[in-house]
Amino acid sequence: MDQATKYKVKDRETGEYFECSQEQSLLVAMERTHPGLIKVGCRGGGCGTCKIRVLEGDYITKVMSKAQVSEQEKQLGYVLACRAYPRSDLLFELAVQEQ
Amino acid sequence: MRKGVMRPGHIQLRVMDMDEAVIHYRDRLGLIETDRDDSGRVYLKGWTELDAFSVVLRPADEPGMDFMGFKVVSTEAMNQLKQELVDFGCPVEVIPAGELNQCGERVRFEAPTGHMFELYADKEQTGKWGVQPNNPDAWPEELKGMRAQRFDHCLLYGDDLDGALDLFVNVLGFQLSEEVVDTESGVRVAQFISCSMKAHDLAWVRHPEKNKFHHASFYLETWGDVLRAADLISMHDMSLDIGPTRHGLTHGQTIYFFDPSGNRSEVFCGGDYTYPDHPVVTWDADKLGKAIFYHDRVLNERFLSVLT
Repeated sequence: MDQATKYKVKDRETGEYFECSQEQSLLVAMERTHPGLIKVGCRGGGCGTCKIRVLEGDYITKVMSKAQVSEQEKQLGYVLACRAYPRSDLLFELAVQEQ
Repeated sequence: MRKGVMRPGHIQLRVMDMDEAVIHYRDRLGLIETDRDDSGRVYLKGWTELDAFSVVLRPADEPGMDFMGFKVVSTEAMNQLKQELVDFGCPVEVIPAGELNQCGERVRFEAPTGHMFELYADKEQTGKWGVQPNNPDAWPEELKGMRAQRFDHCLLYGDDLDGALDLFVNVLGFQLSEEVVDTESGVRVAQFISCSMKAHDLAWVRHPEKNKFHHASFYLETWGDVLRAADLISMHDMSLDIGPTRHGLTHGQTIYFFDPSGNRSEVFCGGDYTYPDHPVVTWDADKLGKAIFYHDRVLNERFLSVLT
């Protein structure tokens, strides 16, 4: 896949989706093309605001706060959208309860 | 009544990627890197600060604040306050000289909000960076980024604000300068305290969890410098929170953004001053939007909920 390839990142609950290249974090791509779908916090893997669970698809992650995503949660597909980069189309659900 | 606590002297922050963090604090904020130690910590300071360092970055697997330290006028004052902290009922621990490079013995204590603070009397005074002590020029030409002048204050989130205020006012000699009060319940939802003429050296917002960090703030000289900081945030595609704008509380002119581990930074200029005879400035909690963001007059949810 070349760098310009856009993957489709879809919210399971609403069916809404945005497109994201492998160079972009899910959160940055969401902010630019479909703002509001995932809540935005620090964008640095620290605060946990943009926590989601990826149900289908491949991705890589950069370092995330252990206080927000434990090793066990990581195995279950939980990620902070600001630290996750797609390697295929993704299906996700929000992991942070609306306040 | 002042009791010998002079100023915020240092803060130790946890960061998850040291190389990225150093770019943020040294190259973007424009702090001066002064030292590194065997445990991987990086020491920095604003160029106007006389002491050897004011910001310590510690590699860790989660972000946040380890502790904030205040410099006191003398060892005698520090030991007197240590005893008063014990009598108050604080957990108190003595950290030996040299645990932080170039810093003397520190008295560490836990506030009722769960935050760790320190008092210390000795830190090597290396002088302002880049200017001579005698006949000093206005500023050094080699500064980077936002050219932050000094570490100025912190905003913390925690539960027992009344306990923390009692401790800092009655034991440590701070003064309550500004507050936000819920007019119906009388509950103080935010408190700004000072050990100096500044409108705040430390502030808290009431929050159900203990020991949360909102931001570390760095002082700039002018509103033009705040706008220039905003330009740099865009140039380097840094994570912006809000601003440039003005606060109602303290009336400082400000911009907020995040370090690469999600710890919030502020650079600001201006703001009110306070003397010991000044009455407390009170904002009503139903005006919180204007109190925090004076121009928008609307609170962004991120300001209240995004913490490390």
